Amino acid sequence: MVTEGRLRAAGVTLGYERRTVSTGLDLAVPDDSFTVVVGPNACGKSTLLRALARLLRPAAGEVVLDGSSIHRMATKEVARRVGLLPQTALAPEGITVGELVARGRYPHQNLFRQQSDADRRAVADAMDATRVTQLADVPVDELSGGQRQRVWVAMALAQQTGILLLDEPTTFLDIAHQIELMDLFARLHAEGATLVAVLHDLNHAARYATHLVVMQDGAVVAQGRPGDVVTAELVEEVFGLPCLVIPDPLAGTPLVIPRGAAHTAAD
Amino acid sequence: MTAVRVPAERGTGAGRRAAGPRRRGRLAVAALAVAALGLALVALGLGDYPLSIPEVVAALAGDQGFATTVVTQWRLPRVLVALAFGAALAVSGALFQTLTRNPLGSPDVIGFSTGSYTGVLVVTTLLGTGTLGVSAGALVAGLLTALVVYLLAYRDGVQGFRLIVVGIGVTGMLHGLNVWLLLRAETEVALTASIWGAGSISLVGWSQALPAFAVLAGLTPLVWALRGPLRQLELGDDAAGSHGLRVEPARLAVVVLGVALIATVTAVAGPIAFVALAAPQIARRLAGSAGLPLAASALTGAVVLLAADVVAQRLPTALPVGVVTVVLGGVYLLALIVQEARRRW
Repeated sequence: MVTEGRLRAAGVTLGYERRTVSTGLDLAVPDDSFTVVVGPNACGKSTLLRALARLLRPAAGEVVLDGSSIHRMATKEVARRVGLLPQTALAPEGITVGELVARGRYPHQNLFRQQSDADRRAVADAMDATRVTQLADVPVDELSGGQRQRVWVAMALAQQTGILLLDEPTTFLDIAHQIELMDLFARLHAEGATLVAVLHDLNHAARYATHLVVMQDGAVVAQGRPGDVVTAELVEEVFGLPCLVIPDPLAGTPLVIPRGAAHTAAD
Repeated sequence: MTAVRVPAERGTGAGRRAAGPRRRGRLAVAALAVAALGLALVALGLGDYPLSIPEVVAALAGDQGFATTVVTQWRLPRVLVALAFGAALAVSGALFQTLTRNPLGSPDVIGFSTGSYTGVLVVTTLLGTGTLGVSAGALVAGLLTALVVYLLAYRDGVQGFRLIVVGIGVTGMLHGLNVWLLLRAETEVALTASIWGAGSISLVGWSQALPAFAVLAGLTPLVWALRGPLRQLELGDDAAGSHGLRVEPARLAVVVLGVALIATVTAVAGPIAFVALAAPQIARRLAGSAGLPLAASALTGAVVLLAADVVAQRLPTALPVGVVTVVLGGVYLLALIVQEARRRW
């Protein structure tokens, strides 16, 4: 069991008003990893991510960041180290891309100092990295889904945190924009960011993750390198999906091919 | 890494709003400030003893005998009250509409003014106390109403739309209570209470204005301190929280300040409708800003209420300013609905 790592959940019990999702869950995010969390719907992966982002207080246990309990740290201090791309965020009517990205600078600002040169640089860098610089003065309402998601990523990047959490970042995008975004994340990871993403697509997870975490019923059932973790047995056990796992002809990572009911002849 | 296919960018749009939003916002604030000042000078000259703008300026500057008395003692309190109360109502509206993320989420719509009126009716018809009692009754009842609405709407945090729906429900009940209180009161008392209930600043003198000004001046820096958190709340709770905003305390602070602003105004002037509802939306369109701008809202509210009061004074039969704002607000709402309808069809 990995216990080092800047960010980890230690024996956390998570849930909402009356429903407990996870009990006594341990998870360490390896430093400098691109960790991807997968699992069937309602397995508690987004709940875990919310706890890691300090948006949800564990009923028991704690989330530890750099050696201290995240709920005992100042919220802005946490926000300077851990960023989140939420599943749903709202763009105020009429806001431009540049203004929206600049709002990611909030944890670096205080009552009297609202916009510094460092802020402007961070915003420019974040827009550069996500290729939205051209769109700086365009209202967010006028963007396509793919562009808009890149703008939200830029807002999270402008926060300049070493750790970035991504909650189902590709869910509403078409396949080309999904890959474009995953490549962006891979590039950010290569440049030194620690990423934790919740994803639905097992094949994307297997291809891009350096550390794969599989969850079921609120517990981690397997984790490690995708090549070691993704097997036909595991997928059938966790997702209830009979499948074939072959090496991805391009990346060499595991590729999950569902058997389905209609196409069993090839077996 | 394989080549990333970047979709066609809207490159032509870049620069089209270069340095746009911020400059337009500043321009709007400057224009509104000029409008407020000009309107104030005109208003100070209006009345049974008419004065030109140069005469008003001279009367303000130094001892011009009777003219100075008229301007500084009779008219200045009313004009300053209109400006300050209009600004306070508009900022209160901007706070609540930002909190609820809904242009209908205005404190006058969700029951706080109605609650203040209930407080005044209880004080005047049941306890029969004087001016101070009226102010206290309005203040306490307004705060109580806000607390009840907040608690009824609270479920693991307060969500905007629930606050509006609960507020409208509470407003309905309080309306019923108010009618009942008026019906069972003696005619004379009911009449006085009704006049207060229409919302008027015509009888406000320095003695009532100054304490209200002091309260509003005290609230201003607190509102100013909330401008960063407000811009975060607009992004949704998760984004705001991940930026390090403590969402629930921030929301509570917005509610408390918004209620304090409108309750201060209502305690002195009675419920003045629609300034809180309309001014922030007008200001946003003027300033071309993202979200509801606080400074521009305050100035818009000041101009709107002073203009409404000038109109109220100039009508053949002098009307309470609240009646004029209700009419203006009705026109505004119609315009809003027509605009919405045009966009849909």
